[in-house]
Amino acid sequence: MATLLEMRGITKTFPGVKALDNVNMKVEEGEIHALVGENGAGKSTLMKVLSGVYAHGSYEGDIVYDGDVKAFRGITDSEDVGIIIIHQELALIPLLSIAENIFLGNERANGGIIDWRETERRAAELIERVGLKETPRTVVDDLGLGKQQLVEIAKALSKDVRLMILDEPTSSLNEQDSEKLLDLLLEFKKKGMTSILISHKLNEISRVADTITVLRDGSTVARLDCKGGISEDDIIRDMVGRSLDDRYPPKVDHTKDDVAMEVANWTVHHPLHPERKVVENVSFHVKRGEVLGIAGLMGAGRTELAMSLFGRSYGRDISGEASINGQPVDLSSVRRAINAGLAYVTEDRKTYGLVLDQTIRRNVPLAKLDAVADGLVVNKSREAEVAERYRKRLNIKSSSIEQETVNLSGGNQQKVVLSKWLFADPDILILDEPTRGIDVGAKFEIYTVIRDLAASGKAVIVISSEMPELLGITDRLYVMNEGRFVGEMPTSEASQERIMSTIIKSGDRT
Amino acid sequence: MSDTTNTGASAPAGEQAKASWRFLKGHLREYGILFALIAIMAFFQIATGGILLKPVNLTNLILQNSYIVIMAIGMLLVIVAGHIDLSVGSVLGFIGALAAVMIVNWDVPYLLAGIICLAAGAVIGMAQGFWIAYFRIPSFIVTLAGMLVFKGLTLWLLAGQSVGPFPSQFQLISSGFLADPFGMDGFNLLSLLIGIALAVGLLVLSIRSRQSQAKTGAPAEPFAFFAAKNALIFVAIIYMSYLMADFRGLPNVFIVMALLIAIYSFVTARTTVGRRIYAIGGNEKAATLSGINSKRLTFFTFANMGMLAALAGLVFAARLNTATPKAGATFELDVIAAVFIGGASMSGGVGTVVGAVVGAFIMGVMNNGMSILGIGIDWQQVIKGLVLLAAVIFDVMNKQKG
Repeated sequence: MATLLEMRGITKTFPGVKALDNVNMKVEEGEIHALVGENGAGKSTLMKVLSGVYAHGSYEGDIVYDGDVKAFRGITDSEDVGIIIIHQELALIPLLSIAENIFLGNERANGGIIDWRETERRAAELIERVGLKETPRTVVDDLGLGKQQLVEIAKALSKDVRLMILDEPTSSLNEQDSEKLLDLLLEFKKKGMTSILISHKLNEISRVADTITVLRDGSTVARLDCKGGISEDDIIRDMVGRSLDDRYPPKVDHTKDDVAMEVANWTVHHPLHPERKVVENVSFHVKRGEVLGIAGLMGAGRTELAMSLFGRSYGRDISGEASINGQPVDLSSVRRAINAGLAYVTEDRKTYGLVLDQTIRRNVPLAKLDAVADGLVVNKSREAEVAERYRKRLNIKSSSIEQETVNLSGGNQQKVVLSKWLFADPDILILDEPTRGIDVGAKFEIYTVIRDLAASGKAVIVISSEMPELLGITDRLYVMNEGRFVGEMPTSEASQERIMSTIIKSGDRT
Repeated sequence: MSDTTNTGASAPAGEQAKASWRFLKGHLREYGILFALIAIMAFFQIATGGILLKPVNLTNLILQNSYIVIMAIGMLLVIVAGHIDLSVGSVLGFIGALAAVMIVNWDVPYLLAGIICLAAGAVIGMAQGFWIAYFRIPSFIVTLAGMLVFKGLTLWLLAGQSVGPFPSQFQLISSGFLADPFGMDGFNLLSLLIGIALAVGLLVLSIRSRQSQAKTGAPAEPFAFFAAKNALIFVAIIYMSYLMADFRGLPNVFIVMALLIAIYSFVTARTTVGRRIYAIGGNEKAATLSGINSKRLTFFTFANMGMLAALAGLVFAARLNTATPKAGATFELDVIAAVFIGGASMSGGVGTVVGAVVGAFIMGVMNNGMSILGIGIDWQQVIKGLVLLAAVIFDVMNKQKG
């Protein structure tokens, strides 16, 4: 077998962060190559480099494809040589038909006029090849997610694909659809097509992959050959194997005996697909002074759980009971949730956390504006004093409180969001991916704030996809997968391997 | 992301000049709009051979633009909240018609009729705001529908005819002048005194706000800018009121306008309600997740717009002394243009009441000046369109550079 693709010494730096550090990857012609790693390990960045999203020149290293060094300036360049990427979030236009979607941007046309007969004939062929039993005129919106995924693959096939990259193709599919998709990949392999599969589901990978490249913290840590069979444990060890040195503040358990918040049988349905349960029958509690972690992979339903608790900001047909300090509470609007003592620090600070065009001074008091106002009139000096106090306390690096938050770095933006919720003075804080996309120094500062909050008797719930972080700062952990809580353990007894295998075992059951 | 250090007063002279320059660049938009108004006024003052600032013309200018200014204040809130209201011209016409039918045809006392009209305007705004806020129907569509509906209802109410004239007391809203107790011949001393009081009041306010800024360590604008800006405003207000005193004094509608500007400036800049409107316009999701009831605020923003459009409708009807089926046509465009020229952002969250008012006067001075110069309505439209485009291009470029 010849080598189809070799990525040599790829290094990609973003301001302040080295996302990829000398990554090497070699894909043979006609194999299924799996790319695994934790969230944030650099898988997506590497694929963006390969597909030209990050143009040649914005990274170091070489992409050798089909024997030549390539310099892709954009997606069209990589598609021209047959490299097609299918993203996790499907890129289909919901209200167009299957045929229209397949040939979008690549229309079967003569001089700008679409040849519908040719379009539908070719589409019918492709639909047949991916084993989809639908007509070319069916509107994509009427298809389930599994079938939509097949339409994406048909679209890739229409472009004479030689190397198909699938980013978490089964993450939103059920067992049956996933099986079908994997069978299809094996069938394509028999016909000589090469694919790269990015997945968290190690059982799937050990089933179909020929070779595995493992990424960790932006570097290649292993290249595993699956010909002789490989165990999931081997893969897990390579994925997470890293030492926890002093990247976390010292942990003193301040957990009190009284329960701060208790949630029972919480169930949330998807806002657009009411038949889908995003959170299913979840029950948990958090004590005062405790830092509670919720571990899980992306898409496990953790953010949805948190946002549905916080004033029903996500989902529909929400059921279940919540109580704070032993009293049942009404969390049906954000205002009520805040008044009940709850705060939610979003994972997406730019969309849900900050009014970016406004200054630090204006963002910090936003959740409790009445506290800096006399009646209806904002007391500017009190407002400034509050903002300044939190700027100092959280060490927000900025020229002054008058700086617009859009101009702050990620870590400092996160501190502004955190300030807003600290000022609201809740009893229970839910922090969703509190350190996503920020540098190590700022991370440590945020961990320190979290531990200090617990020491002062608050309950803190941390949602994170970075397992070392959860192990480093929490006192107790729940593991969530596919909308359900599948495990609970004191952090002292937890390990990354144990969390991973809890997730995978729960995913294995059919 | 740079970590700039604090530029305190202790910085050396070179640093200070640099800081001033940085400040000017950062606030180019706020000064730019004021400079633009002054430049345009100076241009027409010269081009018209001094007619522009003749007392009679200045008074006329204010009367002519009062209803646009009143609506621009409401529109500023709507646009800051991230919406638009295309129906204000039609609502203005409809309310004028309603007032005329009530007062002229049904002999309803004019005071009662005025109150009913304002309430009707608020109800119209609520009806539109209801769909926009609670059902998330795009404001563009809802108010486009409103524009057609109220244009139609105006025609129906007036049965296609003009209705008038109004009783003379009603006309006083827009053609009346502040009575002068001093009784000087040909000079309204009270008006001048009010102008002086206003100028002094504003000066005191801005000095006090600068002092409190200095106390909290917020970086204030360099003293030279502060002094120049306030001196300019001080002199301009006194000069204008002197000119108007020399004619017939301050028009009643000027007092109404000044009060509205003061109240709404305060509401937008200093109250929790104002803060929250800017927050929902800047990022509605983040605002909602901060516990702000963005639906209710959006609803009230439109109710307020409806009420101000009704007030403008009364002023306009009183000024023409008749309600016509054509009243208010395309006024919405002037109002929206004024707000954008005044520095508001299409995407919401940015803009000031004073900016919108200055924007309205830029449009007004150009209308007035070009009419004096005898430029036809055709070229007036072209020039106004280009000025709007230039102002927004300037905004966008300025933001990209910053």
